[in-house]
Amino acid sequence: MLTASLALAALALVLAWPAPILLARAAWPSRAPATALLLWQAIALAGGLSMIGSLLTFGLIPFGGTLISGLGGFARALSHGITTTPLVVVSIASLSLAGVLAAHLLLNLALTLVVTERQRLRHRRLVELLSSPSATQPNTRVLDSAAPLAYCLPGNLGSITVLSRGLVSLLDDAELAAVVEHEKAHLIQRHYVVLLAFDAWRTSLPWFPIATRAQHEVGLLVEMLADDTARRSTDSRTLALAIALVAGGTPGRDGDPSGGTTLPGTPALAPAGVVRSATGIAYPADTRSHDRDRLRLTRLVDPPEPLTLAARAGVIAVAVALVAVPTVLLIAPSLA
Amino acid sequence: MATTLGELERSVMEFLWASDEAMTAYDLRDRLAAAEVDRSPAITTVLTVLSRLENKGFVQRQRTSRPHLYRAQASREDHMAELMHEVLGSATNRSAVLERFVGQVSEREAALLRELLESRSHR
Repeated sequence: MLTASLALAALALVLAWPAPILLARAAWPSRAPATALLLWQAIALAGGLSMIGSLLTFGLIPFGGTLISGLGGFARALSHGITTTPLVVVSIASLSLAGVLAAHLLLNLALTLVVTERQRLRHRRLVELLSSPSATQPNTRVLDSAAPLAYCLPGNLGSITVLSRGLVSLLDDAELAAVVEHEKAHLIQRHYVVLLAFDAWRTSLPWFPIATRAQHEVGLLVEMLADDTARRSTDSRTLALAIALVAGGTPGRDGDPSGGTTLPGTPALAPAGVVRSATGIAYPADTRSHDRDRLRLTRLVDPPEPLTLAARAGVIAVAVALVAVPTVLLIAPSLA
Repeated sequence: MATTLGELERSVMEFLWASDEAMTAYDLRDRLAAAEVDRSPAITTVLTVLSRLENKGFVQRQRTSRPHLYRAQASREDHMAELMHEVLGSATNRSAVLERFVGQVSEREAALLRELLESRSHR
């Protein structure tokens, strides 16, 4: 069990720091966003699994040789009273930490789910009150706002795409279709599920900058995926032009209400990891991730060569292994 | 009857927003009929719409008088500001609540994108 525990601890360390940093710096994800998204999910899942697993297996050492016999031994020890040797005290501390960590992560995920669902419902009600159904597009509503806006709102009652009057008048039909395709891709590919999980991960570990970085990367990959899907039914140039127009026409963006659209009662909040530049435009604190934001734009105009099938298969194999290894280490009979 | 409950809700809110005074369900029914939103909305329909709007937190009901008086919880502008704040503002979990098309494209990056597009069309 000590071997398994140490191996899990080593894996947890690698997945907490060097692995996400390397992935965030790598160039290939823009050539295979779907595969990269899978790898990010594997890293997050395996990271949590190995961190908790390491503490669990370490704590069970005095109680049995494997996870199952250790848990059984621990239960027997609890019911028969525990002799408090220093080793047992350390074990109990390790087990408690594993329990607290697991509960913290799961409860935070549940809480994020509930809060997000409530906000979506409120938002949906506001949209339904302030918009009218699109005459041409199904499940699309047009908001009575001059600012060019387009976004999608997932929901249990059926998801909707929201466009603004400003957007509809700014874009021509082809550009508008490109925007709608992009939004639909987000909804159909359920990007909001991944984003929600990474959001929960970030809020669970506020002291852990990698989680913020991971969320940013995942957000970017999801945009690239939606861009790629939209490009299947429209040409790159139209989509790129639509994005340029929409972004250019929204002077106050990302929490900067001082631009063209002045919003009463909007507090100027900046999320963690975002610094406010002198121009009032919020940039990620890390300039490298700012470069990656540019990457999304350059790849819109110059779509990169997709990653080879072999390379993608390799990455998928790594992702599967990342989740499989800690699982096997946990349940394998006595590795010690 | 082509008028849906959603459309009626919006029409009722428009009347409440436009009015400085609190209104009764009967006032609202008359306005709806006059505006020909619905030929002859039943008072029960109007009451249903009002209670739905109350549950959603858009309408305030004054129970002290008979019949009950209704007024808008906040102005249309306030509601629009709330919605815009969620869309444009940096609410920390915005990305999970909704996904914006522009994603992380800033004004400066939009300029870069336009440059890229220009340079390609001149080639």
